[in-house]
Parts: sequence; structure tokens; C-alpha cells
Amino acid sequence: MTTLDISAPRSGAKRSGQRSNFELYSWLFMRISGIILVVLVLSHLVIMNLLDGGVQRINFAFVAGRWSSPFWQIWDLTMLWLAMLHGTNGMRTIVNDYAERNQTRFWLKMALYTASGFIILLGTLVIFTFDPNIG
Amino acid sequence: MSVITPIGTLYRGGEGMWTWVLHRITGVSVFFFLLVHVLDTALVRVSPEAYDLIIATYKTPIVNVLEVGLVGAVLYHALNGLRVILIDFWKRGPRYQRQMTWVIAAIWFALMLPGTFFMMKHTIEAMFGSTS
Repeated sequence: MTTLDISAPRSGAKRSGQRSNFELYSWLFMRISGIILVVLVLSHLVIMNLLDGGVQRINFAFVAGRWSSPFWQIWDLTMLWLAMLHGTNGMRTIVNDYAERNQTRFWLKMALYTASGFIILLGTLVIFTFDPNIG
Repeated sequence: MSVITPIGTLYRGGEGMWTWVLHRITGVSVFFFLLVHVLDTALVRVSPEAYDLIIATYKTPIVNVLEVGLVGAVLYHALNGLRVILIDFWKRGPRYQRQMTWVIAAIWFALMLPGTFFMMKHTIEAMFGSTS
């Protein structure tokens, strides 16, 4: 009777010398930012889409009124950063899951990080430099 | 060592898989909307007229329906995200993941039914007359 030759699990896996905890921290970040975003984003949606006429009442004057208060400036800034980082990390996970070629993964992630960096900077700049008398 | 061909599939179906699939789809959709949303809001730095012009599209009936879809996607992603957190951190989370799926489905419908009506109220009135 011949013995079946079964290779040991993970026998081919290569471990780099330096192990990083990046994936652990990103996993934890998704959960912590997720809980904060539930509050920030669901309130944002209720205020913008349901209360006091919903989306029909939104215009430049409405935005100017809200951003005259540091409370909403900080709210929107926190929401922008957390949502973008949470979304970017989610997209990174999806690219890692479905893009198989190294080149494809690399360029998809470069495009993702470029777009995210641009949007985060733009949004931050808009909140900090908003001028209600621009017109 | 030969190349291992997967037998069957890792996708097992059931609540566990479909909640995960929906979590991905809603997550990606909301992410792309977020990119657009920061761009449209950035128009407040251009001029009040430019901003109001773009925001006017958000008030049209078709985009109004898309907004209900967006709120539904965000609400699902939020509820299922909390479910995932409970599965990860609550001792009995994995055992009750199936029940939690039906709980979040019930909460989703309970909030979306009135939510859809009030979000669409203006559009319904504009198209079919007063609702009250």
C-alpha cells in the first residue's frame, strides 16, 4: 500500500522577516471608525434628507448658516476624514481580494490612494476656507 | 507539489454570505457617492450660483429616488456593521449572527418605510398633488 503524499498546510508560504501589525490596526480602525460614523452619518442623513423640508431646502445660504458654527465644521471635518479613510480601507480590501495580478493590484491601489488623498485634501480645504460672502 | 484545485467553493450561502455580499456592494456604492458628494459640496468655494445649480439636481424626482437608495444603502451598511462588531466582540455574537440578521432586516424596514415616504413627500406632492 502506498502512502498518500500530502504536503503540510502552508508549506509554501513565505514570511518576511519584519512582520507588521498594519492589518490588525486597520481591522480595529474599521470597527472604531464604523461606530463613530454610524452616529455622524445617520444624523447627517436625517438632518439633510428628512428634517425641515429635507433636501428641498438645501442651498448656499443653508450651508453658510451651518458652517458659521464651529460645531458643524468639526462634525463635517471628522465625518469627511473618517468616512474617506474607512471607505478607502474597504476598497483596499476589495482590491486585495479580487485583483490577482501584482501589477493590477498595485495600480488599482495607486489610483485609489490618489483619488482619496485628493478628495480628503479638497474637502478639508473647503471647510477651512469657506467664505459666506464669496458671491 | 501540484497545483491545488479548489473543490467546491468557499461561498457557502445563507445569511452569513449574503449579508457580507450586500455589505460590499453597499460599501462600494456609498464610497463612490462620497467622492462625488465632496466634489459637489466643493462648489461652495466657486460661487453660490454654481453650488445652487448642482444642488438643484438633487431635488429632481429621479435623483430623489436615488437618494432613498443611498440612505437605504448607508442604513444597511451601518446596521450590518454593528452586527459584524457584535460577532467579533460579543461572546455570544457568532452564535446569534443569524438572528441578528433578521433583527437588522426588521430595523431596516421599520426605518425605511416612513423614511422613504418623508424623503419623497415633496416629489409625490409635486407629481400627484397633496398627500395630506
